[in-house]
Amino acid sequence: MVNKLWGSFIVIGLLYGFLTGKGEIMNQELITCGSSSFELFFQMFPMMILWSGIMKIASEAGILSFLSRLLRPFFSLIFPELKKDDPALEYIASNLTINMLGIHNASTPFGLKAMQCLQEKNPKKDTATKSMITFLVLNTSGVTLIATDILSIRSGMGASSPTDLLFITILATVINTTLALLMNAYLGRKET
Amino acid sequence: MNFVTLGNYLLPVVVLFIIGIALYKKVSLFDVFVEGAKEGISLGFQVFPCLLGMIFGINLLLKSNLVTDFFNLFSPIFSLLNFPKEILPLAMIRPISGNASFAIMIDIFTNYGVDSYLGRIAAVMQGATDTTIYVISLYFGSIGIKNIRYALKAGLFADFITLVVSVLLISFFF
Repeated sequence: MVNKLWGSFIVIGLLYGFLTGKGEIMNQELITCGSSSFELFFQMFPMMILWSGIMKIASEAGILSFLSRLLRPFFSLIFPELKKDDPALEYIASNLTINMLGIHNASTPFGLKAMQCLQEKNPKKDTATKSMITFLVLNTSGVTLIATDILSIRSGMGASSPTDLLFITILATVINTTLALLMNAYLGRKET
Repeated sequence: MNFVTLGNYLLPVVVLFIIGIALYKKVSLFDVFVEGAKEGISLGFQVFPCLLGMIFGINLLLKSNLVTDFFNLFSPIFSLLNFPKEILPLAMIRPISGNASFAIMIDIFTNYGVDSYLGRIAAVMQGATDTTIYVISLYFGSIGIKNIRYALKAGLFADFITLVVSVLLISFFF
């Protein structure tokens, strides 16, 4: 699936580019894309190292397990197939908490770690499990409560009251996350 | 103090909170930190090939303009439904690339105004969801999942709901 998606992005993108006479732009993109992904990587990489360190401290201090205990009722609802004390839940809890605060670069190491934990118990290593997809849906539906980057851009561009969308954005997030989780549960049931 | 400056305190407060509690619980802070940071390095190297490959594929698709052209075809239908079609490019790029959609949002701010109807929809849409394809390829790529089952469907469903909900909410409240 990832293979086909990726391949079709490239083939379709290139063919459409040729058809619409963008040969030069496509060529330029091929040459520069390596360095632009390096740039992105070097923005992420130091954050990743730093936050993996802080994550380890949080884990040793028992903060992660505290968070996951806090979110336990919610987790048993959406991850019915996981045990209550599954180590993945600690990382999922931390990933969600940091995402809610809108600090996306810092939340990525927790998310990757959570996926690794889920993968350890996966009987079919190349196939996604139900809990992996549920976690993914939580992440992609975006449980951000305070989108700091948007707030600062809006205030920078002279919005009369930059925070007036805070409540609406939270409402939108809650609605889309709830519906996406329902859809996820439905799709999961249909497939098994 | 307003919410914007408050936002600047978030990360420092999280750090203060974690280190403070760990100090209180007598965790051997620095050793543990270094140990974790080392794991972060290998995590980074593990993720980089996925990141590069994904940016390669996504950028080729974006630069060909296919996505925006395709949805311009449907704009008459959306005008019929009284749906703001200026928002469509953002809606289509949002699941694919967070950086590109952020740029489109700023574009909408510049062209129509931050406090305009379209500007507000753009801000809510950008803030209320995350980049589905990026998250799928990064998280699944890092652990070698090839068969993602219904993950894409569920993720894109969330994005579609966000589109509808942000238009409805902004029309309702403003």
